[in-house]
Amino acid sequence: MIAIIDYGAGNIKSLQFALTKKGMESYLTTDPNEIANSDAIILPGVGAFQDAMKTLDQKGLIDILKHEANNGKPILGICLGMQLFYETSEEDGEWEGFGLLEGKVSRISNSVKVPHIGWNNLTTHRNSALYKDIPDDAYVYFVHSYAVTAFQHNSLIASSTYGGMIPAFVQQDNIIGMQFHPEKSGDIGLQLLENFGEMIR
Amino acid sequence: MLAKRIVPCLDVDKGRVVKGKKFQNIQDVAHPVDLAKKYNQDGADELVFYDITASNEERNIFLDMVESVAAEIAIPFTVGGGIRTVEDIHQVLRAGADKVSINSAAVKNPLVIKEAALRFGSQCIVLSIDAKQAANNRWGVYINGGRQQSNLDVVDWAKQGEALGAGEIVLNAINTDGEKNGYDLALMQSVAAEVNLPIVASGGAGTTQHFAEVLQDGIADAALAASVFHYGEISIPELKTELYQSGIEVRRDLQWK
Repeated sequence: MIAIIDYGAGNIKSLQFALTKKGMESYLTTDPNEIANSDAIILPGVGAFQDAMKTLDQKGLIDILKHEANNGKPILGICLGMQLFYETSEEDGEWEGFGLLEGKVSRISNSVKVPHIGWNNLTTHRNSALYKDIPDDAYVYFVHSYAVTAFQHNSLIASSTYGGMIPAFVQQDNIIGMQFHPEKSGDIGLQLLENFGEMIR
Repeated sequence: MLAKRIVPCLDVDKGRVVKGKKFQNIQDVAHPVDLAKKYNQDGADELVFYDITASNEERNIFLDMVESVAAEIAIPFTVGGGIRTVEDIHQVLRAGADKVSINSAAVKNPLVIKEAALRFGSQCIVLSIDAKQAANNRWGVYINGGRQQSNLDVVDWAKQGEALGAGEIVLNAINTDGEKNGYDLALMQSVAAEVNLPIVASGGAGTTQHFAEVLQDGIADAALAASVFHYGEISIPELKTELYQSGIEVRRDLQWK
């Protein structure tokens, strides 16, 4: 069972629907025991970085999530959820993230329209079982104003281009981040979620 | 490269999709979930649902429909119509919508954009503007389904919307809506030149050429249309192929099952 962390972050229903379509069972939770007993964790996220960290802190979830991630449980951060894995964010100030991955979160270059909304194609940087059956230049759906910078390049599976390079899909062992929304990326996104599911079994 | 988006729009009245000409002569066409599934399969990049009645009693029917749509399709969709408060926005996002479009309520209370953007993030707050030409290269903002003129200028209002935290702007040209003679390119261009947000053009699509015109850089990032899709006058796969052939970046990996 996949624990989807329900901390009031936007549209998690679609994520659950997408997992169900691929035969993956999930539940929404903020209960530390349920999180500990899960096979994998998804940290969704829509909204502002500091609000998300504050809410997770108030619900007492930061330590348990870090603990599970450090213990090797597959954990997938989507959109803001991915950004929270990094050390710091410059969204409306300077805020501390989980620090599970090296790097920081900065605003997308103003040379392009911000937010980055829409379908953009992925450039592959390295092989991963998580990228199984994904064609070259696959389009996925992005909605974000901030992106990860100064990160470990060997963690990068795929990137996109928008006002510079956008780390779109990262993996460091069991810690996985998708800057785009797999639950909104049609069949490509569903395949990526299925690949994540394979990692659990 | 970021693809230009094709966005079918579904006006929903009491749980059915309808389409009127210049906001009038409403005709019943189909069940929203059926159309949503069809457009998802055809390769639509996004969908928009407007609850055009949005009376309180019917609100729950609409929210149920939003949830059914979210269960059926794995592409983003925006919900608009009858959104007045931050709580209304919260409800449709919880039901499974990705973005919420605010129109008249934002004119009456601009701070709702700011509050909503702070709470849910700019990326899900769409400012929808009904624009009617006032003079050469000047458009006035209309509210209440295009029936009532406000005292706002469209370009000024779009800039204010950006400053308040809207993440995207839908420009619906009342003059060209339902006429199928093409989008109001001057309107789109005027706003695109002044704001740094994605522009969704709406009102006037009749041919594939109209889409190609409005999706040029500097005009619009997405093109919204209703009847040409609902009545099968333009098929989305064919439209996308033609756009691609004319050099416009579109999402073409149409591997829908």
